[in-house]
Amino acid sequence: MREKLLEIRDLKVIYKTDEETVEAVNNIDLDLYKGESLGIVGETGAGKTTTALSIIRLLPYRVAKILSGEIIFNEQNLLELSEKDMRKIRGNNISMIFQDPMSSLNPVLTVEDQIAEVLRLHMDYGKEMIKKRVKEVLQLVGIPHDRMFEYPHQFSGGMKQRVGIAIALACDPDLLIADEPTTALDVTIQAQVLNMIDELQSRLKTSMILITHDLGVVAQTCDNVAIMYAGEIVESGTAKDIFEGERHHPYTEGLFGSIPNLDIDEKRLNPIQGVMPEPSMLPSGCRFHPRCPHCMDICIAESPQSKSFDGHHIKCHLFL
Amino acid sequence: MKRYIINRLLLLIPTILGVTFIIFTIMSLTPGDPGRIILGQGAEQADVDQFNRDLGLDRPFLVRYVTYVANAVRGDFGLSYRTGRPVYESIRNRFPFTVTLAFLGVLGSMIIGIPLGILSAVKQYSFWDILGSVSAMFLAAVPGFWLGLMLILFFSLRLGWLPSSGVGTYQHYIMPAITLAIPGAARILRLTRTTMLETIRTDYVRTARAKGAKERTVVWKHALRNALLPIVTSIGVSFAAALGGTVITEAVFALPGLGTLVITSIRMKDTPQVMAAVLLLSFLFMIIILLIDLTYGFIDPRIKSMYR
Ligand SMILES: Nc1ncnc2c1ncn2[C@@H]1O[C@H](COP(=O)(O)OP(=O)(O)OP(=O)(O)O)[C@@H](O)[C@H]1O
Ligand SMILES: [Mg+2]
Repeated sequence: MREKLLEIRDLKVIYKTDEETVEAVNNIDLDLYKGESLGIVGETGAGKTTTALSIIRLLPYRVAKILSGEIIFNEQNLLELSEKDMRKIRGNNISMIFQDPMSSLNPVLTVEDQIAEVLRLHMDYGKEMIKKRVKEVLQLVGIPHDRMFEYPHQFSGGMKQRVGIAIALACDPDLLIADEPTTALDVTIQAQVLNMIDELQSRLKTSMILITHDLGVVAQTCDNVAIMYAGEIVESGTAKDIFEGERHHPYTEGLFGSIPNLDIDEKRLNPIQGVMPEPSMLPSGCRFHPRCPHCMDICIAESPQSKSFDGHHIKCHLFL
Repeated sequence: MKRYIINRLLLLIPTILGVTFIIFTIMSLTPGDPGRIILGQGAEQADVDQFNRDLGLDRPFLVRYVTYVANAVRGDFGLSYRTGRPVYESIRNRFPFTVTLAFLGVLGSMIIGIPLGILSAVKQYSFWDILGSVSAMFLAAVPGFWLGLMLILFFSLRLGWLPSSGVGTYQHYIMPAITLAIPGAARILRLTRTTMLETIRTDYVRTARAKGAKERTVVWKHALRNALLPIVTSIGVSFAAALGGTVITEAVFALPGLGTLVITSIRMKDTPQVMAAVLLLSFLFMIIILLIDLTYGFIDPRIKSMYR
């Protein structure tokens, strides 16, 4: 029996600056079940990070506004919690791994101090116990614990990200949000770090949201997939639905078309025509229609509803 | 670390030599001669020439310079042309006032500037931030002598709480220190605000928040220490500048400090006195800069690892 851990309903987030209003996330729905992993895929600017930051409520202060929606985590609506209650959840029940390991660790504190901090905040441990747990999580991510007194600048990028993962896992969270955890790393290191995340996630039975723009990564690690475009989730379902299903949103097809296929000897890639619209000037109707090869009149006029095929959701007029 | 400090101290030697050469040259090239200035316009030319000859001023420039350096190395900085007393006497008398004043001024500007700067940054665009920024702008624009005069007018003449001039008790230092501290506080406030605003937006501060840390921890433990480098520099430079540049404050409050001594001695073409004072100030300046660099190492481990 799948048990729901996180449920996002009708979430809408905007960024309001002096010049413009950016509609970053537009009425999305998402579900995540205990022990499962969900991949969120989309081009840059699609609203992936915004979604993640909404969950832990760390959107940039003042600029970002959550206009509507609820985020139900373990049966409580995170958006209604006080800041104090939310702090108890951050780092403890929900933790996050950030995109850029180079800048995500504090340069003036030792690695030990940075891991111990999260333990001191949430665990009722004594000094010895904290030290023991720090060594334990460092071992978990494959860093020799005699390096715990060193500073971030003494670590390579891959190792810094491992430290980031150690911080995130220190308190055994129920939900781990990894926002493009390997984008900033070397290709060879990327695979190592991803495998490690994947392995730890299934071993510790943590639920995970993995944000990426790489479909290959998702295929390798995730149980479920959501495809994001211009602040909307255009298609979602199990990994099987997305990678083997026959029905797809044209944008998803476009994404697959832009992956080099070694079986067929293609001369060039087939990237999607055009660019993603500025989120401050979204097109009418379906957000994808200006780039869509199947665009119909209705697509320009009306935004499509999402249609479910046995849990495989597609938001496109072709299937309505 | 030890080697780094020794290297830096060794570097002081050529720097100080350079300073002596520049000051000596400027003092020699500027018009006017000590004999005429000290003996006065009415003196006989023969007496003036004799006076200058007694000081050894008839010898060529390079000979005089080399003699000066040779004597200075042995610790002999010469006699003041004006008083005929060893130059270190007046410096020894005046130095404590200047150091105390500079120290109090900088301390005051730190105590006011840093907390207000942090408050402004943390509560950006709030009432406190706007109040802080506006008063900082205003105070930075206020000339020191005017501020000093206003303080005297109010606290000495109107209220009679504080002495308006001279030295003797700690009360004598209060108004001069405030006069020095206020413009410095305004500068430190704005600097603190800017650097704190920057660090508060960094990724590692977001990481700290994502751990569930309290806002206070985030500001004091994670942001401030990273924002401290430029602030420390500014404080050090302010202190060094205050040592040599409190002339106006000294004048307003009639304090017998180093700044006044240097200005008077320059006017009198009293080269040994000027040389000795400037040498002391530049030596202190360089020691302070060295201390700032060492402080960097304590604040930031990345810099410490470079001090080898
Ligand atoms: N602080 C901000 N102020 C204004 N606009 C913002 C801010 N942060 C993000 N945006 C805008 O919101 C939109 C969504 O951004 P978001 O960072 O969520 O995208 P993303 O999918 O994570 O992209 P990437 O793959 O590049 O990380 C973008 O158009 C971005 O320009
Ligand atoms: Mg992002």
